[in-house]
Amino acid sequence: MSKRNCHHCDEFSRASLLRRSAAQAGQGLPAIEPGMPLPAGTGLDRRSFVSRTVGLALTVYGASALRPAMLEEGIARAAVSGAGNRVLVSVFLPGGADSLSVLYPAFDGRYRRLRPQIALKASDGPVFREDGRLHWHPSLKPFAQLHKQGKLTVFPSIGYTHPDQSHFTSRHYWEVGALDYRESTGWLGRLLDIVGDPENAMQGLSLDGNLQPSLATARVPVSTLSSPSDYHFHSHHVWDVVEELMMDAVGGLGGLQKSVDLNLAKASATAAQSDRLRRQLSRLVGKDGEVKLNDKAGYPENDFGRRLAGLAAMLDRGFPVRAVALTGPGDYDTHADQSGPLSDGLGTVAEGLAAFQRDLERRGLANRVLTLVWTEFGRRAEQNADNGTDHGAAGTAFLIGTQARGRMVGEWAGLRRLDRDGNLRATSDFRAVYSSLLEQWFDVDAARVIADAAKMPRYKLVG
Amino acid sequence: MPLPVYAGPFGPQQAERLLWRAGFGPRPGEEKWLADKGLEGAVRWLTQPQGKDRLAGRSPRVDGRKLAPTDRFGHDHLWWLDRMVRTSQPLVERMTLVWHDWFATSNDMVGSQRLMIRQNLLFRRIGLGSFQGLAMRVAINPAMLVYLNGLNSTKEGPNENFARELMELFTLGAGNGYTERDVREQARAFTGFTADYKNGVGWVRFRYKRENHDDAMKVVFGKAGPWHWKQAVRLTIQHPSHAPFFVRKLWSYFVPEPPDEETQALLQALYVQSGTQIRPVVAAILRHPRLYEGPRMIKSPVVFTAGLLRSRNDRIAHEDWVWLAIQAGQLLFYPPNVSGWNDERWLDTSTFRARWEIAGRALRRYALHPEHGRAGVPSDPDKLVKQALEFWGDPPVSDETRASLLAFAQKAMEAAVADDYRQKVFPVMTLNALRHLVAVSPELQTA
Repeated sequence: MSKRNCHHCDEFSRASLLRRSAAQAGQGLPAIEPGMPLPAGTGLDRRSFVSRTVGLALTVYGASALRPAMLEEGIARAAVSGAGNRVLVSVFLPGGADSLSVLYPAFDGRYRRLRPQIALKASDGPVFREDGRLHWHPSLKPFAQLHKQGKLTVFPSIGYTHPDQSHFTSRHYWEVGALDYRESTGWLGRLLDIVGDPENAMQGLSLDGNLQPSLATARVPVSTLSSPSDYHFHSHHVWDVVEELMMDAVGGLGGLQKSVDLNLAKASATAAQSDRLRRQLSRLVGKDGEVKLNDKAGYPENDFGRRLAGLAAMLDRGFPVRAVALTGPGDYDTHADQSGPLSDGLGTVAEGLAAFQRDLERRGLANRVLTLVWTEFGRRAEQNADNGTDHGAAGTAFLIGTQARGRMVGEWAGLRRLDRDGNLRATSDFRAVYSSLLEQWFDVDAARVIADAAKMPRYKLVG
Repeated sequence: MPLPVYAGPFGPQQAERLLWRAGFGPRPGEEKWLADKGLEGAVRWLTQPQGKDRLAGRSPRVDGRKLAPTDRFGHDHLWWLDRMVRTSQPLVERMTLVWHDWFATSNDMVGSQRLMIRQNLLFRRIGLGSFQGLAMRVAINPAMLVYLNGLNSTKEGPNENFARELMELFTLGAGNGYTERDVREQARAFTGFTADYKNGVGWVRFRYKRENHDDAMKVVFGKAGPWHWKQAVRLTIQHPSHAPFFVRKLWSYFVPEPPDEETQALLQALYVQSGTQIRPVVAAILRHPRLYEGPRMIKSPVVFTAGLLRSRNDRIAHEDWVWLAIQAGQLLFYPPNVSGWNDERWLDTSTFRARWEIAGRALRRYALHPEHGRAGVPSDPDKLVKQALEFWGDPPVSDETRASLLAFAQKAMEAAVADDYRQKVFPVMTLNALRHLVAVSPELQTA
């Protein structure tokens, strides 16, 4: 089935757009039911402001009762009391990344038979040291390196019982930490409801401009921040000195603020305020319009790299962040001609996270931060006629950090016993990962956050 | 005492303002064409459109395909935006937007682009007729029945949501001559509507089920009777608070400051005497001196976007308008809540940046490549500013704005002196930049 004809995938893009715009803390995620065409959402409760404390533009969710001044104070207070807190960064690979390419059984005859056109060659990628049958995708060499250093834990076949092959549903399960259509808060949101501060909006931070559903809280505020470098006034085919002069000229449109025509004055004042905001934010941004990166860390030149670089800089300055969520680069819904796009996406993710890890280590922050990389499912073991793969079951996840134990969790499921849909079986459960992290990283009783915690095993993930 | 009528000169500038307030701005030259009709002729052309709306130009294609307004996310927005851009009956389209805001219904809750578009067609079809007729059709409109819980509101469990909003937001105003008891009694009058939920399709088979309706006595505004939904709407429209509310609210869509007492009273009388007809009241507002002599209005994001495209005779050709609309704060079919969009909140630092992006998107196909020659691009700052204004149909701008554009052009041309390469590429870039700055100037954000 080509991507064009895949109605699941229309659902995927529509649902993700809608959910991104509707997801909100305080009121939770919109409820969904199987087969319901659209998630029913509610009016947005969100406010944007520039925090003088941290010099950033934030959109705050779930804080309708708080005045901006209280949010400022909350952030400032939390920055003092919460310095040194442990942080979890959640990176979502959207679309269902192909676990049989992430780690592939290079010499397995079944693999070559199932994937005659798209199988990777043994010589392409480095060997996975914990299971010699498997090789790393060639774009994931930075991950192989982190793994060798003992800083990366692999979950080679992760999922849950009775896997759902809808992007929307499966992602929802992972986001809320339960196999429950009705659950309306995210698993990290519920954690923040327990450990968070009712006035610190930065404790839960979405880094890509839209609230990530896993952060949706019921009680405490959380916020979204797109990279400071996103607030700019570029124009197509305008660069160099002319671009700088043009950005300054936006402020020049503020000359009518005293006009007797109140609406003309208002439009003019908005131009002036926007110009001022851009200048404020530009203190975090270099002359080139990019965030001042830690050049030695080697971040890739893209949004993902800039966001992670900005996050490392924020943690270094003591910003009171506890849980961070962002979407990784790439589209992993690879129904057709998957090799190129998959390679590009995985490469960008691996380079970005390796640079982030280096940066954290150089800044002396590495022992405080763990990064979880996940995707809503893996893909079908057998390729399709379009040199792509359709929706599958078990996927791959990673936990990165100097405090990550670095030992594989659950064995690779193998191609000998696929499930009845021809998909890889799960050998670890995401709810067990969440439960283990809650207890070992955040010191919180998992049963307070994960409904099925009692039924789940615990993996030793930290230390 | 007759209603005041604007008596000043009716030239292209006045016609342009009228086209923005009663539509989505002029197509190239349209303001001159309309000015030639005079104020009376212009208002007649707007309020009494003849025949079917013949959309100008070719229909939109997105990624080489036709729009799928009832199926694809965002295509509902594109479908309507396209109508705003290509309409030859701008007031009909503008009134559709007024009613979408007035009887705000969000697909966030309704969950069906099909039902939302059906409601939209209703607004377009009868949006200049009788308000009482419109309110009745809205009361039983499927999208509204889903949105305000009219479905499955039964005599055993009447739901007050629609009854309350009907009075508070649609017809009377909050606390304006009705009580909580009226809300409860009205809710009973609206009981009886139902539909079936079909997996994968949504709500279907909307119908009135007599056995679900509460046909016992109710007391509404002190009047007792076994009222049903039609009578409930009629009682509400006849309420003494309704005509003042209607006039105030309708006026606010066209003129940014409230009407004087005399105008308010005369418009109320006109409305009541016409039997709640919308068209004559709108026509009177469009002729009123305050529309031409009062302050400017801030364009809403869709009005701004449609206007940019109209002024260049462009058509919808991509889906970027959807996320740009979300960023700018006005995704059609998704008003933030039942009271519609907040007109006081169109502009802030975040939506201003979205408008910069909207202007940039509209300009992209016209952006000149600085290294592909500068034929016809002057290096004189004055001429550059003149060309950039002409690009947008030469809108009148204030001395302040003109001065700031000129100051930018002068600085850019001074910087160009440094070397041959700059002398070649800077004028082109400066023209691109000036077009962008003009589009976000206070003059083009308002009308």
